[in-house]
Amino acid sequence: MFKKFSPKDDVSGKSKVKSSVQRGIRSKILEQYPALNPYIEELMPKKDPLILVKCHDRLNVVMVNDQLLFFNHHDGPYFPTLQILHKFPDIMPQVQVDRGAIKFVLSGANIMCPGLTSKGARIDVDLPVDTPVAVLAEGKEHALALGELKMSTQDIKSINKGVGVELVHFINDGLWHAKIEA
Amino acid sequence: MSDTEDNAAAQEWPSTRVLTDIVYCGVCTLPVEYCEFAGTTTKCQKWLRNKDVALFAKTWPAVDLTEKMDDATLEEDSTLTKEQKKAEAKAAQEAKKKAAQRLIIKRVERTKRKCVIEVSGLELFGVDLKKAAKLFATKFACGSSVTKNPQGTDDIIVQGDVQDDIYDLVLDTWPQVPEEQIELTEGKKK
Repeated sequence: MFKKFSPKDDVSGKSKVKSSVQRGIRSKILEQYPALNPYIEELMPKKDPLILVKCHDRLNVVMVNDQLLFFNHHDGPYFPTLQILHKFPDIMPQVQVDRGAIKFVLSGANIMCPGLTSKGARIDVDLPVDTPVAVLAEGKEHALALGELKMSTQDIKSINKGVGVELVHFINDGLWHAKIEA
Repeated sequence: MSDTEDNAAAQEWPSTRVLTDIVYCGVCTLPVEYCEFAGTTTKCQKWLRNKDVALFAKTWPAVDLTEKMDDATLEEDSTLTKEQKKAEAKAAQEAKKKAAQRLIIKRVERTKRKCVIEVSGLELFGVDLKKAAKLFATKFACGSSVTKNPQGTDDIIVQGDVQDDIYDLVLDTWPQVPEEQIELTEGKKK
């Protein structure tokens, strides 16, 4: 989604949102990532204005204090940006790909099932389809991408063919580099 | 305060580690463990070595031994690997590209005695076009705006006969724009 994303061309508008909307976004994020509860005040202080950056295709990026925090697409689930995910690594379920897949993930490819089931890969918990997941890599500490499951983890293991995780955001993509001024 | 309540109830929520000491590479911006996939590996290594030797040893265990050799010989003298060659070629190409960038200040006749100035290519030098347009407008007391040209890139249109003044102003305001890369031309619109 962010493979070719440049703030200059793709941002269609940014606006400070009403405090009621701000509260709504905040509660939605907390509902999705309950582990963030103790830290939310640090991430998005109630007093500071929240800026919603609107991009093409109904993509919204939540920005507080010039820092991009979360984004969502078509009113779907909120995803943290990878910078935030690196800071709070355990807020979302994780899958791990093998070493061979890293190269392709870093150029924006969707993750195929074999990359998730082979030896270096790992799926610890059972997750239903459409779950946002963090993508880790074999031998690495930090997440390298964010995605959405296109199959349940059960199916990934049993079918083992085709796209398992649709890639949403990965390190070194447009959003990773994006700097947006308020 | 509600904050204290939040903290009191924190046990109910799943916990997460909080990492605050992640080192991002100064060259490729990735977490250092992913430098090997960034395509600028040698530069990244150099950067990390200068910054944090312990972390360097941890991230690049294979390179650790050669590091000492490098120090003896000189960093850049290490045998050129394929990747290094590639990166160097890329850098050379970029330098070439940079030299080829042109800032064109074009005077376009509109009606008799009236003209506009088109400034194109300013964005190549890392200038915010909107701010530049505003600057021109205030300096020359005339209309100035950013418009898309047929090639799809952005131009600044200044409504006034101020070609030479813009030339001087650009040189004064943005020292990164070299004088020999500015081109003054005249032309007709459409």
